Amino acid sequence: MSVDKTNVAKIASLARIKMDDAELERMVPELNQILGWVDQLSEVDCSNVEPMTAVIPNALRLRADVVNADPKTGGDRRDDILANAPAAEHGFFGVPKVIE
Amino acid sequence: MTNLTDLGVAAIRNGVANGDFTAREVAEAFNANVAAAKELNAFIVTTPEKALEAADAVDADRAAGKELGSMAGVPIGMKDLFATKGVQTTAASHILEGFTPEYESTVSSNLWAAGAGMLGKLNLDQFAMGSSNETSYFGNVTSPWRRPDGANTPMSPGGSSGGSSTAVSARLAPAATGTDTGGSIRQPAAFTGITGIKPTYGRCSRWGVVAFASSLDQAGPMAHDVRDCAIMLGAMAGFDPKDATSLDLPVPDWEAALNSDLKGKKVGIPREYRMDGTDPEILQSWDNGIAWLKDAGAEVVDISLPHTKYALPAYYIIAPAEASSNLARYDGVRYGLRDLPEGAGLQDMYAATRAEGFGDEVKRRILIGTYVLSAGFYDAYYTQAQKIRTLVAQDFENAFKECDVILAPTTPTASFGLGEKSADPLGMYLNDVFAVPASLAGLPAMSVPCGVNSEGLPLGLQIVGKAFDEQGVMNAGLAIEERAGFTAKPEKWW
Repeated sequence: MSVDKTNVAKIASLARIKMDDAELERMVPELNQILGWVDQLSEVDCSNVEPMTAVIPNALRLRADVVNADPKTGGDRRDDILANAPAAEHGFFGVPKVIE
Repeated sequence: MTNLTDLGVAAIRNGVANGDFTAREVAEAFNANVAAAKELNAFIVTTPEKALEAADAVDADRAAGKELGSMAGVPIGMKDLFATKGVQTTAASHILEGFTPEYESTVSSNLWAAGAGMLGKLNLDQFAMGSSNETSYFGNVTSPWRRPDGANTPMSPGGSSGGSSTAVSARLAPAATGTDTGGSIRQPAAFTGITGIKPTYGRCSRWGVVAFASSLDQAGPMAHDVRDCAIMLGAMAGFDPKDATSLDLPVPDWEAALNSDLKGKKVGIPREYRMDGTDPEILQSWDNGIAWLKDAGAEVVDISLPHTKYALPAYYIIAPAEASSNLARYDGVRYGLRDLPEGAGLQDMYAATRAEGFGDEVKRRILIGTYVLSAGFYDAYYTQAQKIRTLVAQDFENAFKECDVILAPTTPTASFGLGEKSADPLGMYLNDVFAVPASLAGLPAMSVPCGVNSEGLPLGLQIVGKAFDEQGVMNAGLAIEERAGFTAKPEKWW
């Protein structure tokens, strides 16, 4: 499979990366080279193979169903969480207007 | 008196414990080397005061007769992919420039608890995506090694842990942390004549490590020799409830159990790794390794890993797919860069921020990942790649019915000059052709220096082991180290 400039523009938009025409043009052959190369995977018959889900078998653990079970990942950390925000205001993340 | 910066982890730890020198003297010596090596660009941020503070704490503990940790008095370099509280953490990206975590990664916490100190944050390929350390927003890292042709071509230290490999081989740090998603510890170790191990997936917590491809990312140590790696891995590893894939297993005392006598052990030689066009000097180094392991008492057996050629293309679907998902978090809202053009709405802000904040290789991988996960292509690419991953893992399972460890080259070539391969993304990816299969299978794998090529550049041999058998890997690595007699050092020019 291969991509053209329209496809790349669509992918870039899905990925929320702004790209100008020149950049899109440059990406087309680069992506096609990689996609052409990974196409060789289709020659392997995988009809009876399960896709890998966990490389080392490891059951997911449950934790106690309580608030702030772990002080590092629990609540009461508002100021820490906002400390690196580019536009924190009044204890919230600031964003441009989203509703007209 | 010995030159303290020539010492490794074990020698420093023992010397400090014996009172031969103080931890402060060690930290001062390495701080001085770091300060004098700006030309190598190995560090993004230096933290000499942190190294001294940790050293003073160790010296005080020793004076008070307290028990010292396994890394007591050892200053290290920290790859700038680990969150360090109060110290900028960038993943070598513009989008995280200025990000100062409010928390400490589990691996770095463990190291500080063991008595290590931090010399600084090490440069790397941006978001750990690269094999030559040419994708960092903060500039290329230059290897301390040079070809002896007098041209002084700046050489690649490998990637993505290129700051780590340069710092250790140039004696700016006795050891450094690395992370390995598809060879990012082993390949730079091989390029710079040092030792590095990627443990079994889950041994080291990923909590606080900037995520690239979560099903593959593993931290590990990079140091001068196998013993130093055993000590440092012991300090880094351990169960962490904050990482859902952390292994709930005791951490063995790898250092105490090191044993290079391989009698009764079988070493598998995968025939598919003898690829057409592989550098004859690499093949020669592999043959030397086979002879050394036989000399150590091992039996050598021919094995087959039939899906080897598909591992790398599968990796270049799986890793970008996971990256495109992981890197969705960089949105200009919660942390890092924000680019808000005049009059822009939220969606425009996302797109402008990410265009400004990510480098070319990162964008390329996000686009590939987005494409292979998109509706209509998911099964053909992503599901197929995950099935191939199952087959690659099964290949290893079958092989390990016939052998205890596998020996292979770490890389298909020695280091190359910066810029010599950067115009060809696919050619660059092929650097990791021998490293990626073990990553896809989550297996422990180590690179040990085994000699230099005709250009005087280091080569590495790779040992891959069964899941959880870091000991077997390190024992075989030690057997090679003892026989290779690798003593080459880069001549100081910086």
